[in-house]
Amino acid sequence: MSTSMSSRRQCCVVGIGQSVYTKRGGIQDRSQFQVTAQAIKDAVSDSGLATADVDGLSSYSNDANEANLMQVALGIPELRLASMVWGGGGGGSCGAIALACSAIESGRADVVVAYRGLCQGQGKRFGRHGPGRVNGNFVDPFGLMAPPQMLAMVVQRFMHLYPVTEEHLAEVALNARANANRNPYAVMHGRPMTREEYINSRWIAEPLRLFDCCLETDGAAAVVITTRERARDLRTAPIDILSAAQGSGPGWGSGALSGHNMPDPDYASTNGKAVAKEVFGKAGLTADEIDVAQIYDHFSGMVLMALEDFGFCGKGESGTFVASGALRWPNGHLPINTSGGQLSEAYVHGMNLVVEGVRQMRGTSTSQIEKAKTCLVTGGLGVAPTSALILGRN
Amino acid sequence: MAYFSETMPRPEPNMDDGKFWDSCAERCLRIQYCADCDQARHPPTPLCPKCQSAKVEWREVPDSGYIYTYTVVHYAAHPAVSQQLPYVVAAVTFDGCKGVRLVTNITDCDPESIQIGMRVKLWWDDIGNGLYLPRFRLRA
Repeated sequence: MSTSMSSRRQCCVVGIGQSVYTKRGGIQDRSQFQVTAQAIKDAVSDSGLATADVDGLSSYSNDANEANLMQVALGIPELRLASMVWGGGGGGSCGAIALACSAIESGRADVVVAYRGLCQGQGKRFGRHGPGRVNGNFVDPFGLMAPPQMLAMVVQRFMHLYPVTEEHLAEVALNARANANRNPYAVMHGRPMTREEYINSRWIAEPLRLFDCCLETDGAAAVVITTRERARDLRTAPIDILSAAQGSGPGWGSGALSGHNMPDPDYASTNGKAVAKEVFGKAGLTADEIDVAQIYDHFSGMVLMALEDFGFCGKGESGTFVASGALRWPNGHLPINTSGGQLSEAYVHGMNLVVEGVRQMRGTSTSQIEKAKTCLVTGGLGVAPTSALILGRN
Repeated sequence: MAYFSETMPRPEPNMDDGKFWDSCAERCLRIQYCADCDQARHPPTPLCPKCQSAKVEWREVPDSGYIYTYTVVHYAAHPAVSQQLPYVVAAVTFDGCKGVRLVTNITDCDPESIQIGMRVKLWWDDIGNGLYLPRFRLRA
């Protein structure tokens, strides 16, 4: 019923904001904290709300731009939610939004900003060894130190088990680059890539080449979430969050980003099957009813696994699926990563993918899918926990 | 001389995994088992994920196994690996130790010859200060 509590507190995105995106080290004139605060301010302005209306802040991946200081910077008079989800880096992107939705649906907060600020030129470099890795004793001394190496092992086994080749990895990378070249804010805008350039790019960790790996960038992104009722007075059309979920299968906490001890039947996967079931179930949709998707592309091969785990094709069929042109704008069966994704727009730990999902639903993407009414967004894949959400427009 | 250079990060044993490294110091590869339900588990964890028992036994695993998956690493995520590039990291499994994978290196090989399923044999790499790390070579 439209007047029920659950309907009135149905969550929607009413504002999006992002900083300039640059290559790592490109933002030197202001701090990561300032970049992030300004992205939040821009998202709030976009919604037509004031920062004084914000009463919740949500993030993930141990975001260094702490909510307590963000409250000070933004002049938020009363903060009712200051929370972060645990776990695997970008795996928390949609998880932070799921958390925001839980808080809003329960009445604990009314206007929550989910955000991520990540200037790798100012902090740690994710592709390098760093302190504090989960079960670091069992990986660091063996030279397994960073996600490209760790997830290369998963992609390697995936390609061993199923008919997936470098041509299929290439298609994910080439699609992202083509989309980025329609997006003037993408770091790789103006840098088209040929198949030959992809194949000739240097190995990072086999089977992953340089262009199979996400960019190293500086940037921040934020989205404003509130109730559909609150959104009625605002100037932008609200974009419904039809569902959002976070979760993990067994063993993944010491899985791909740790000792590689996830269950065998699940090894060559995204750890996203349960989350997929949950977001489709809650939204009352099937994979066939998704018009466009933003799939977390830290590494090309993980995108292929996601296409299978989220049911867009069968297990082992992702190679054939992408070879058919399914991913391509504007007429592919499932256009993905329409801003250029993290392979070619920017690596903001997936929050930029959520922002692009909202643009698709608003009709303002630079690779707009005509008449798109549903968009799946995933969080980081092959990590624990992972997450996903489905956006919809009326 | 150790496989990687001396500035390579070393294990820093803690209360949950210390017994694993104590065994390595004796050049014996022991994996944690549940003393109540016999479930093997790795990396070490305080409770059995199957029956939640805190009783553990450390049992020696065979000194040979096979490659479950691997990567050939071509860049230095840490300066200490520079001289070994490209090097092979593998997840190795052992007969009779279901569900356990050990992240390790396959050394003394042509990295391009490595394939999933190859049999490998344990050797102990002396990293100094009385600690040894389990690494593997292709089995002849």
